[in-house]
Amino acid sequence: MLSAELRERAHEIIGRYPGARSALLPLLHLVQVQDGHVSDEGIAECAQLLGLSKAEVAGVATFYTMLKREPMGRHLVSVCTNFSCKVRGGQEVFDRLSEHLGVGHDGTTGGGELTLEHAECLGNCEGAPVVTIDYYNYECTDPDRAVELVDGLMRGEAPPPPTRGYVPTGIRDAEYRLAGLGPRDPEAMGVAITHARASDGAVPPPASGPGAPRATLVPSLGDEDGPTGDEGGS
Amino acid sequence: MAEPLKVISKRWDVPDGHTLDGYLRTGGWVAGRAALDMDPDAILQMIKDSGLRGRGGAGFPMGVKWGFIPRDSDKPTYLVINADEGEPGTFKDREMMERDPHMLLESMVIGAWALKSNRGFIFIRGEYLWPGVRLEEAIAEAYANGYLGKDILGSGYDFDVTLHYAAGAYICGEETALLDALEGRRGQPRLRPPFPAVAGLYACPTALNNVETVCNLGFIVEHGVDWYRSMGTEKSSGPKLFSVSGEVVRPGNYEWPLGTTARQILEESAGGMLPGRRLKFWAPGGSSTPLLTADHVDTPMDFESISAAGSLLGTTAMCMFSDKTSVVDACLNWTRFYEHESCGKCTPCREGTFWMAQILERILDGRGRSADLDILEQICDQVLGRSFCALGDGATSPIFGALKYFRDEFEHLIEHGRLPDDIEGHAGPVGDNSGRLRPAASGRPA
Repeated sequence: MLSAELRERAHEIIGRYPGARSALLPLLHLVQVQDGHVSDEGIAECAQLLGLSKAEVAGVATFYTMLKREPMGRHLVSVCTNFSCKVRGGQEVFDRLSEHLGVGHDGTTGGGELTLEHAECLGNCEGAPVVTIDYYNYECTDPDRAVELVDGLMRGEAPPPPTRGYVPTGIRDAEYRLAGLGPRDPEAMGVAITHARASDGAVPPPASGPGAPRATLVPSLGDEDGPTGDEGGS
Repeated sequence: MAEPLKVISKRWDVPDGHTLDGYLRTGGWVAGRAALDMDPDAILQMIKDSGLRGRGGAGFPMGVKWGFIPRDSDKPTYLVINADEGEPGTFKDREMMERDPHMLLESMVIGAWALKSNRGFIFIRGEYLWPGVRLEEAIAEAYANGYLGKDILGSGYDFDVTLHYAAGAYICGEETALLDALEGRRGQPRLRPPFPAVAGLYACPTALNNVETVCNLGFIVEHGVDWYRSMGTEKSSGPKLFSVSGEVVRPGNYEWPLGTTARQILEESAGGMLPGRRLKFWAPGGSSTPLLTADHVDTPMDFESISAAGSLLGTTAMCMFSDKTSVVDACLNWTRFYEHESCGKCTPCREGTFWMAQILERILDGRGRSADLDILEQICDQVLGRSFCALGDGATSPIFGALKYFRDEFEHLIEHGRLPDDIEGHAGPVGDNSGRLRPAASGRPA
């Protein structure tokens, strides 16, 4: 079950769309914030929230690559092996990581530190080969550097800054963003997302001036200062 | 000779070009202000006259596409931006959204005003978290300063934008599949007609356009049709981002007028092929466009010339590969991609991609049979033009091209059970490209 906090966020997300069902992908991302994968309970809860059958929700949840049916580790490590990365050594990076970690595609390390996957084209071919951690990009890598990167994750250390993105703080924080909720810990990075609501045409823009912080942009986030879910974010 | 351009990419060297301050300082919202004073129909006419064609792969004239949208509908009209960039080798929209997210927002306001739409969506692929974050921050800034929301810039016009992260499915780049995904369904293509222009999102009139396409609007409005048409060719007008990847010295996005030759982009921007490697085969517009060879490298990169050369301009993602690389390996790699991404709706694509991958796998593995090439061609024939959407067609593109130009490599594999000796394997990481990387702020934004 979603926490009371996340359930409130779920209603907020649903309220953004002219058709409630449009909130399904964001809600499934939200389930992954809570459970680290799309759990059966999460499917049931999405179905209940949107007035759909569980089969309809499961049908959607199994269609999309980023919606995982097995629990992910604390971080998701994706290695692009599509051809523009492959000719630059992307396959070797994946093979080395797989051997080093002892897990295959979609495998999770024993302590739940990370999940490894090979990914289709991540759209960053100018930085081949590309590895992403929690969907932030580390470009121009090679097997040795990739091993160094995951060794840090295995020791529970914060990864070094990516070449594109903020420092990854865990897949659940990324999923919080992907649900359309902005940074899970607004103090740590970035500003909150601003959203239109279902009744638009036209939503009232937030009553705030230039540079006004998240508190007025997403009113319901205004009182929160730290990570909101059960999982520590950083 | 064509010259490189700084139009769409004009802010990429501005360190704070992604912030509203940086955007306004460099000419941002000049076009938007002008547009909100213009008659919407006049803007639509400019778009038509500009000759702007879709940059997402199909190259359909944008003015015609928007001309199909009913002007008197009692339903709301939606503007949906297709930022589900997933075509292998394509990374132009990503860099645009990362480096200049306000350009997309301003362009959306201009387009929406022309269409009398009050609600827009940006459907972005979920893996594009960093461009998404940049957009989130830009959207927040735009709302806080009156560039989005109610009464934009005091015009009395309201427009709202919702950023919608998808969840990883290449097929959602197909516009009707995108709409199903945005409605919370499996992203599978819809039967057309009705076309999205008439019955799109929530069965309402919907304009659906690629990021780069829409970002041309501000330039057309601000500088006029004649200026715009001074770039490119008669039938392929305007500036274009070319994503160059593979075994080149400097992979990257480079802006040139449409109609620039592939050779010029490859040599002048991307620094040519890596030392010791000669161009062997390339895809002009992502993996879904039929492969060409070194003999085609002087072809102008515009819709007509590339079609005449037997391929498609697609997303202008130039994937360049050398004589040290196996074209059969490329085919297998891409075919596995299509096999994974086939949505399963229609039989030719769902089954065909599976069979194609199996055959290519055994050929590359040294277990090929003499009849395999004929079978492969037959399967491709039955997928091409018989699939529900263009994904199936795209899946056959690399294979048809490879069999046409490099049949001997397939035959060598079948006969000898191994690749020809001159194929050496991968080239190693893009080590010398690090100058292009601009590490992002880590931690709190300044």
